Amino acid sequence: MNEATDRLIGRLVAEAAPVRRLRPPMVGAALWLLSVAVVGAVLIFAFSDLAVFERRAADPKLVLELIGTLATGIAAVIAAFYLSLPDRSGAWAVLPLPPLALWIASSGYSCYRHWITFGPDGWELGESGDCFRFIVAVSVPLGIALFLLLRQARPIAPVRVTAVGGLGVAGLAAFLLQFFHPFDVTFIDLGSHLAAVGLVVAVSSFAGGRWRA
Amino acid sequence: MPPAATDPHSDDQGWSRKMAAAQDGDRAAYDQLLREILPFLRAVVAGQHRRPDRIEDVVQDVLLTIHRVRHTYDPGRPLRPWLAAIARRRSIDALRRRGRTEALEVADDLAYETFADPAANRELEAAQNTAGLSGAIAGLPPSQREAVELLKIKEMSLAEASRASGKSTTALKVNVHRAIKALRAQLTGERK
Repeated sequence: MNEATDRLIGRLVAEAAPVRRLRPPMVGAALWLLSVAVVGAVLIFAFSDLAVFERRAADPKLVLELIGTLATGIAAVIAAFYLSLPDRSGAWAVLPLPPLALWIASSGYSCYRHWITFGPDGWELGESGDCFRFIVAVSVPLGIALFLLLRQARPIAPVRVTAVGGLGVAGLAAFLLQFFHPFDVTFIDLGSHLAAVGLVVAVSSFAGGRWRA
Repeated sequence: MPPAATDPHSDDQGWSRKMAAAQDGDRAAYDQLLREILPFLRAVVAGQHRRPDRIEDVVQDVLLTIHRVRHTYDPGRPLRPWLAAIARRRSIDALRRRGRTEALEVADDLAYETFADPAANRELEAAQNTAGLSGAIAGLPPSQREAVELLKIKEMSLAEASRASGKSTTALKVNVHRAIKALRAQLTGERK
């Protein structure tokens, strides 16, 4: 045997203390999602105008957007937990893509309807700046909490874990935004939502790239 | 390809049991496991690397990673795919690192002198004499010697060298900087 390898094995064995096994990925994801659900529910009941939301929720477009954002968030968080383990398939990264497509398609359709109805006003900036800030501001604490948990697995390919995790927190933030967003989405709004999601995914991927250092 | 000496399934069951025992702190099982999986790891790494010394370096990196992430192994699942995934990932990392290093490498200033002046050739050969350099490295203080061995001879990244030595990346940077300064002074001094 190579002498250096032999020495390395000796050193690793000498420092091999018992370790606590990581909980299964689905359990980790469920625990994290459950805690976010509790905090989210408190925020919604305390600060959102549920009467306005109820009126808007009668619109199937909004229901589709809600399903799209929530499913993207949940699917991406579950995928990130699986991707954080060495021997799980990279195909988990694809899991959030169908709900992401539903989210973009339903928001896009809303924009189109809004544009047809309001003409050039459908392009107005509206509250887009607030939406952008909301998604980014909510994603930061969610992302920190998620990445602290994911880091326990010490992923061997961290960038894809944090990129998919970033998509998850941005999706959940966009879901929460619906409760504080009492108007239809304009193209500019959709652009700002997607820009915020893109920013969160980009920052998350960058953070993942630094994990090995 | 895994080595075909034994039945992979019986191997895998035994390895899984040993890894589970190692997770619980059984050092003898861990020692046995790490030695038994070496041919398998070398075979996986050899799929991407050809030079035996490079293969061994990557295998060492794989062993370090296995040690670091051993808590992520689920004893209910086979160990072989878990090991293979880590070995493949570290092989790819090593290839990328090598690509980056080679892209950033510049020619040694002294190399130009080899073509211009025969006297310089002799001096350079003396300076590049492996035995002389090994002797100079051996004469360095232990912390500087370790930094040079890990970062320059084994071509580890700062993070890997930090894990292997248990020292901070800053300490390693300082040590390797001092070591190179000392080696340069020593080798230049010898030539003069």
